[in-house]
Amino acid sequence: MWKFILRRILGMIPQLFVLSILVFMMAKAMPGDALTGRQMDPKADPERIAEQRVQMGLNDPVHVQYIRWIKNIAHGDWGVSYTHKTRVTEVIGDRIWNTVYLAFGTLLITYLLAIPLGIISGRWNDSWMDKAITGYNYLGYATPVFIFALLMLFLFSFTFALFPAGGSVDPYIEPGTFSYVLNKINHLVLPVMSGALVATVTTVQYLKNEIIDTKTRDFIRTARSKGIPDSKVYSGHILRNAFLPIAAFLGYEITGLVGGSVFIESIYSYPGIGQLFVTSVMLRDFSVVTALVMMTSFATLLGTLLSDIILSAVDPRIRIE
Amino acid sequence: MEMKAGTIKSEEKSLAGYTVIWKEFKNDKLALVSLFLLAVILMAVYGISLMKDVEDIVKVDFLSIYMPPSGEHWLGTDYGGRDIFGQLVIGTKNSFTISLCITTITAILGLAAGLTAGYFGGVIDAIIMRMIDFIIILPLLMFVIVFVTIVPNYNIYAFILIMSAFLWTGKARLIRSKVLAEREMDYVHASQTLGTPHWKIMLVQILPNVSSLIIVNFTLNLAGNIGLESGLTFLGFGLPESTPSLGTLVSYATNPDVLQNKWWIWVPASVLILVLMLCINFIGEVLKRSGDARQRRG
Repeated sequence: MWKFILRRILGMIPQLFVLSILVFMMAKAMPGDALTGRQMDPKADPERIAEQRVQMGLNDPVHVQYIRWIKNIAHGDWGVSYTHKTRVTEVIGDRIWNTVYLAFGTLLITYLLAIPLGIISGRWNDSWMDKAITGYNYLGYATPVFIFALLMLFLFSFTFALFPAGGSVDPYIEPGTFSYVLNKINHLVLPVMSGALVATVTTVQYLKNEIIDTKTRDFIRTARSKGIPDSKVYSGHILRNAFLPIAAFLGYEITGLVGGSVFIESIYSYPGIGQLFVTSVMLRDFSVVTALVMMTSFATLLGTLLSDIILSAVDPRIRIE
Repeated sequence: MEMKAGTIKSEEKSLAGYTVIWKEFKNDKLALVSLFLLAVILMAVYGISLMKDVEDIVKVDFLSIYMPPSGEHWLGTDYGGRDIFGQLVIGTKNSFTISLCITTITAILGLAAGLTAGYFGGVIDAIIMRMIDFIIILPLLMFVIVFVTIVPNYNIYAFILIMSAFLWTGKARLIRSKVLAEREMDYVHASQTLGTPHWKIMLVQILPNVSSLIIVNFTLNLAGNIGLESGLTFLGFGLPESTPSLGTLVSYATNPDVLQNKWWIWVPASVLILVLMLCINFIGEVLKRSGDARQRRG
C-alpha cells in the first residue's frame, strides 16, 4: 500500500514539471508583460521602462526566467494583477472560498440524489420507477450544463422570483451574522442545483450498473440461500460493494466540479474562480489567468492522486499494475 | 488462399452487423424516432443553407430589431434585426459540421495511438500512456479557453485543432485497453507466426474487432462535442463571430432582457442543442447494444 502511494507520488513529479513548463510557455505566449500597461502611459519614459525590463529580468534567457518564475511560485508570489492592481494571490484568495462552497454544496446534493435514485433503479430494475429514473438519466446526460443553468435562472429567478439571479451575497448584509449565512445559502441554491441535477446522472448510472452486476454474484446467492432477509442482503452485501468505488471517485468528482464551475459561475455571475477566470481572460489580465490555470491543474493532480489512493485501498487489484 | 478466407469471413460478419443494428432499431421506437428526427433536421439544415445566402441572413436591418415571430420572420429577429430562423439554420450547420470534424480527427488520433500502444506494449505503450495520463488531467475548459485567446489569426480551423489536441486521449485509452486483450488472442499469434507485417495485423485483423467500440464511442463523443462547442461559443471562446453557432444564439440570453422577455431568440437554439444531443445519444445506445450480445433486445 505505502509502496503504491510512494510510487504514485513520485510519478507526479515529472507531470508537475511538464505542467509547469507548459503553463510557463503559455504565459510567455500571452501578449504583453508586467510593464505593458505602463507603456500606454504617455508620461512614462520609454528608456526608463526598458531599464526596468532589464531589472526585472524580462530580457534574460528563457530558462533563467523559468527558474525565477518557479522560485517565485514556491514563495507564493504570482505577480500583480493588472486590472485589480493588487497581488494575484489576494484576488484569488477573495474568490476561492466561494468556489469551495459551491463545489461542496454541489457534491452534497449530487450524492444525496444519486444514492437513493441509484439504489431504487438497481434494486427494482425494470420497474416503472427505474424507467422514470432512466429517462431522467438520458435527459441529464444529453443536457449541457450551460443550457440547464440558463433554464433554471429563467424559471426560478426571473419568472417565479424565488431566488436571486446573481452574486454570492447581498451587499447590505453584515458579515458574520446568521442572516448573512442564510443569504449566502439563498444565493447558492440555484447554482448548486444546476450543477448537481446534471452531475448526478453519471453516479446514478454507475451505482445502478454496479448493483445489477453484484446481484447475480455467487456470494449473494449464498447469502440469500442462508435465509438472510432481502433488506439485509442489500445493506450488508450489495451496497457495501457498490459504494466503495463511488467513494473513491470523490477526487475525480471534485476536479470535475472546479472545471464545470466556469459555466455555472458565469451564468449566475457568482464571484468564484471560474467567473474570475473568464473575466480575466476577457480583460487580458494574464497574471491572474496563469495563476488560475496552474492552481487548477495542480488541484486536479491532487484530486486524481486522492482518488487513486482511495481506490487502491479499496480494491487491491489496482495496486498490482 | 488464407487472405481470401479472411476476407470472406469479415464480409459475412459485417453483413450480420448491419442486420443486428437494424433489428435493434426496430425494437426501440425511441431510437427509430431519433434517427428519423436527426435525418430530417440535418437534411433541412444542409438543404436550406445550400439555397439561402448567408450574407442575406446576417444582414443587419435596424428597422426590424427584436421583432417577435411573424410570417416574415418565422422566429423573430435579434438586436441587429437579423432573422433568428436563418441564424438557427446556419448555427446548426456550423455546430454539427465542426463537431463532426473534431470527432473524426480525435477518432483517428485516438485509434492510431490506442492501436499502437495496445499492440506493441512495452516502452511504446509506456510513452503513449504517460502522454495520455498527462493530457487527461489538464483542466480542459481552461486550457482550451487560454489557447483560443493566445493563438494568432484565430479561426475555425484553429478551434478544431485546439479541441482535437485535448479530446483524443479518452478514446486512445479505451481502444488501447481493448487492443491489449485482443492481441493475446490466437488469431493474432497465428498471424505473427506466419510473418504478417504488424501494420497489417493492426489494420486488417484487430481493427475490425474493435470497430463496434469505435463506432459507439464516436456517436457518444459527437453528442458531447456539440454540447462542448456550443458551450464554449456561449462563453465567447468558441467559433469566431463570423461563423455563428447554436451557442451564439444561446449567448444572447446573457442579456437579462432577452432571457426574460424575448424567448424566441434563445429557446429554439437551446431546444435544438438538446434535441440533437438526445437523438445522437439514443442512436449511440442502440449501436452499443448491437455491439454487445448480452444487452440486445432484438
